[in-house]
Amino acid sequence: MINESIIILRFEWLIALMIVVLFVLNLMGVDKNPKRFMNIVNAMLVINFVAGFIPIKDGYLFQGFYHTTALIVLEKNILNLGLMLIAFSAKQWIIESKRPAEFFILMFSSVLGMYVMLSSGHILVLYLGLELSSLPLAALAAFNTDSRKSSEAGVKYILSSAFSTGITLFGISLLYGAVGNLGFDAIIQHIHEDALTLTAFVFILAGFSFKMSIVPFHMWTADVFEGAPTPVTNYLAVVSKGSVIFIFITVLYTVFGKLENAWLLAISVLSVLSMTVGNIFALRQQNLKRFLAFSSIAQVGFVLVGIAGASNMGTDSVVYFLVIYLLSNIALFSIVEAISDETGKVTISDYKGLYKSNPFYAIIFTVALFSLAGVPPTAGFFGKLFLLTSGMGSGMYVLLGFATINLVLSLYTYLRVVKAMFIDPEEERMPLIKKSVLTNFVLAVCLIGIIILGFAGVFYQYIDSISSQL
Amino acid sequence: MEQVPLAHLLILSSALFFLGVYGFFTRRNMITMLMSVELILNSVNINFIAFNKYLFPNQLEGIFFTLFIIAVAAAEVSLAIAIIINLFRKFNTVDVEEVDTMKF
Repeated sequence: MINESIIILRFEWLIALMIVVLFVLNLMGVDKNPKRFMNIVNAMLVINFVAGFIPIKDGYLFQGFYHTTALIVLEKNILNLGLMLIAFSAKQWIIESKRPAEFFILMFSSVLGMYVMLSSGHILVLYLGLELSSLPLAALAAFNTDSRKSSEAGVKYILSSAFSTGITLFGISLLYGAVGNLGFDAIIQHIHEDALTLTAFVFILAGFSFKMSIVPFHMWTADVFEGAPTPVTNYLAVVSKGSVIFIFITVLYTVFGKLENAWLLAISVLSVLSMTVGNIFALRQQNLKRFLAFSSIAQVGFVLVGIAGASNMGTDSVVYFLVIYLLSNIALFSIVEAISDETGKVTISDYKGLYKSNPFYAIIFTVALFSLAGVPPTAGFFGKLFLLTSGMGSGMYVLLGFATINLVLSLYTYLRVVKAMFIDPEEERMPLIKKSVLTNFVLAVCLIGIIILGFAGVFYQYIDSISSQL
Repeated sequence: MEQVPLAHLLILSSALFFLGVYGFFTRRNMITMLMSVELILNSVNINFIAFNKYLFPNQLEGIFFTLFIIAVAAAEVSLAIAIIINLFRKFNTVDVEEVDTMKF
């Protein structure tokens, strides 16, 4: 029994162990030498990532409070990949921040919360995981204590996160009144489409929308993304949002599966709003981090189109798209980070003529933007294709029409940045950014992933095979 | 002995919840906004305990949930206060209207 709980909980144990090791290293004073400390942390992250691929069998623990399946393991591996790449690309910034142990302890705690959340089989565990994943993030957003913007971002994140938790909890308490038991299996058996359950669902949906920054609950996103340190923004945009979307699919498809008629329309309306508002607001942004914040809002809108498909393909296409979204966004944020660390420039007009001064970065930036926009040779095209095909399954053609219009609109939004880099004359020549090995490694992984994943049908088939077992 | 009907408790908790939401959107002081969030969480606690006692008296799930909510809320508030203190050192105010370095 003890043995089994160690094997099934392997991801959580490993992360918890890493947190303990970091505390010990901190006590020993190893983090006084940030370079050496970073090497140790990066080695641990690689071990953590590789260990994720050791096969693990499905199972239940603690009377069904915790469960794991092949799909959940895959989702955890995706998050592991994101965590590793972000830590690699952030090395320089963390060394300069002088507090590396604190940064990684907070970040690993947040990841631990995400794992617990993904594996939850009971709403109590889901709630605890959600809180554990979002509270350290608020501290991370305010990590740069010398900066006014960073503390402002921290306050905005913690207030909106606390408020959204309150709303979710109110929904959960009503659901408890309607169903009487909060285990996922029990809810699936006893849920009916009555007024109390629907009210509960609306509140829970609103709370999740806050975390995924879906319009009209997106007000915090741009400010937090701009104010937080760039690695944290990267983490917020990719890992945090990805994990909430993963658990949202599970909750929607299994727990609220019987209410499908009720939520299809709600999801469609939120999807249209997110895509449109995200794209239109991204058009007028000058700061690249704000631009990427609105672009991520629009991308979540597209994910919702896939979710509205309400079939197995919905799960497949969303997981597949999120991998591509993760790789593209990490590439974009790593470049923004490398350039802003070196020169302090973060606006689109600063990037004019980037192709002449830093052709390597400009090309990868373009490929990643094309992938987000869904231009054919990149994997982003296939991701969007599958999302829209999945949305077609439920026959919401108006929703698909809006999605298509928004695809064109988003192409214009992204090409504006590409135009600045390649065509616009440079106002002030940007110095050649000195390249760190790890950042180049991250960019190479992202580039290969963006190009290969689209053509390697194996990956999509793998997701399909494990999600159809459920 | 006559019990308070369930509906009365639900009206109380709903009133608390919407007072909290109202307070969160109208108050400009960050500490007061946090207090509004606490009102929301307390309304949730009342809901859980009321449902537990009246509808499902043979189990303790609602009460357990309440205990966890209280503990997590304490952690949340202490973190929020720490962040707000740090912000106060930078801005010399806890008014959300005046904390506006970033705008559309």
